[in-house]
Amino acid sequence: MTYPIQVQNLTKKFDQFTAVDNITFKVKEGEIFGFLGANGAGKTTAMRMLCGLSLPTSGEAEIAGFDLNKYPEKIKKNIGYMSQKFSLYEDLTVRENIRFYGGIYGLDNEKIKSKTNTMLSTLSLLEEKNTLVKSLPLGWRQKIAFSVAMVHDPKIIFLDEPTGGVDPIARREFWNMIYEVANNGTTVFVTTHYMDEAEYCSRVCIMVDGRIDALDTPLSLKKQFNSKDMNEVFVKLARHSKRTE
Amino acid sequence: MKQFLFFIKKEFTHVWRDGHTLFILLAMPLTQILIFGFALTNEVKNSSIGILDNSKDKASVELIARISASRYFDVVSIIPDNAHIDPTFKKGKIKMALIMPSDFEESLLHSNSAKIQLIADASDPNTATTLINYASAIIRDYQKELMANQDFPNTIKTEIKMLYNPQLKGSYNFVPGVIAMILMLLCSMMTSISIVKEKELGTMEVILVSPIVPLRVIFAKMIPYFIVSMINITTILLLSVFVLEVPIKGNLILLISECILFTITVLALGLLISIVAKSQQIAIFISLMGLFLPTIMLSGFMFPIENMPIGLQLISNLVPSKWFYHIIKNIMIKGSSLQHVWKETAILVGMMLVLVTVSIKKFKIRME
Repeated sequence: MTYPIQVQNLTKKFDQFTAVDNITFKVKEGEIFGFLGANGAGKTTAMRMLCGLSLPTSGEAEIAGFDLNKYPEKIKKNIGYMSQKFSLYEDLTVRENIRFYGGIYGLDNEKIKSKTNTMLSTLSLLEEKNTLVKSLPLGWRQKIAFSVAMVHDPKIIFLDEPTGGVDPIARREFWNMIYEVANNGTTVFVTTHYMDEAEYCSRVCIMVDGRIDALDTPLSLKKQFNSKDMNEVFVKLARHSKRTE
Repeated sequence: MKQFLFFIKKEFTHVWRDGHTLFILLAMPLTQILIFGFALTNEVKNSSIGILDNSKDKASVELIARISASRYFDVVSIIPDNAHIDPTFKKGKIKMALIMPSDFEESLLHSNSAKIQLIADASDPNTATTLINYASAIIRDYQKELMANQDFPNTIKTEIKMLYNPQLKGSYNFVPGVIAMILMLLCSMMTSISIVKEKELGTMEVILVSPIVPLRVIFAKMIPYFIVSMINITTILLLSVFVLEVPIKGNLILLISECILFTITVLALGLLISIVAKSQQIAIFISLMGLFLPTIMLSGFMFPIENMPIGLQLISNLVPSKWFYHIIKNIMIKGSSLQHVWKETAILVGMMLVLVTVSIKKFKIRME
């Protein structure tokens, strides 16, 4: 078994405040790893460290086989990232967005062209390729943003609350896309605060006050906490939180 | 390198797509030059004046004719008597009144002195002084002609020569100022907005997660605005030479190089703003209050620095536009070469180096 993400005693402090408190975990290849927590629990901070957007105060991590503290540049080539803002340029067309992101990951023109075509036909958006992103509905943007984050076929994809603000049907469809990339061997690391989404994950890690309070498959977690669904598990754990929003 | 090209292409698309902004940016030099050149001028022309002629003799009529013939004055009111002087001023009809005594010609010819009274509306002191000076000059000329065939012993004649700008044209002063203003606005505000916009959109995060070197992101952002700035400088120089008839006396290559130096300095300032500012509004606010206002007030373009309190004079030394304005004015109007402006240029180069270093360092820290 290979572990594309291995985290050891990772900590992030902002002055006196410990946002992420000594977390340790491993993520298996091709797994959909859910990172759960209330607002302010530290899940986004943890993810930002793993993506190289933020430097850890202490601790170690190995991402895609590279040490986070030593080779952040090598890690960057092997990971994809999609934030809750979907991060597309609204004044560029769908095709220009794909071209740009493909370009900054160093894909050549041929590759970008073929990628654009497969991507748009999979999303059945071929007709919209010259439409400005700002005139597309949010659900479509989200799917495009996800495909764009996958444009360079990364080993790991980090999704930061990827379903914020879209309707349930679009969310469902989006999770189908996640399953597909996971089936193709990409490791998916996803933060969310929708508990129904937690049920879709292979394993779930619940953060409370910067620490990991539980980590297991949704099924075992429900058994362990004697709960009927993930929502109940979460409420039982988060009840003890000392942090207020 | 190829990634960099993708980036530059994207930046150009942004600028190109936002047609309204691009239009404003390119039309700005045109409107500024026209406004400053033809509307906002501190030269005094066609000022309304009133005349009270108590003598109505040959000499007074002739002098009045000369005054009303001058392009500085426009006689709008003939005041019947002393009691009407004050009300005419209060109504705002006139800026100056010329009062001829009842025995003007008589005293001019027979006694040695004739008195004329000039009353000016000094609620605007600069205009008042200028009007009085113009009127006195016309009266002096008239007097000189009258005395032409007489020799006065012991008179001192001052011969005045206005160097570099013999016609005392205001445009000589503001063309360099407009260049400084537009570059400041364009480079600092537009670059900071375009960087902060990426932060707001969240695209900056995605870019920082990607393997592209952050420094290249910044350079790519600056290039389109650098080019727009160069276009604007060309527009301003062409307009000032061909429309306002302000000559470029110095070396054109030196002039352009100084403009490029200043452009890079303000681009670095824009980058610095974008590091501090969290939103586009804040970026706009900082560049207007922190850069644009000092450019207008402390560069010497609108208000002479020598007249300011010592504290402000010291502060003005920190404003890059002050040095740039000084350099451009000297090169354009006086025809100075580098050996005359090397000190100011060195200061500007120093500022540029400090700003570029600081902003690049700060930008790296941000992403960590």
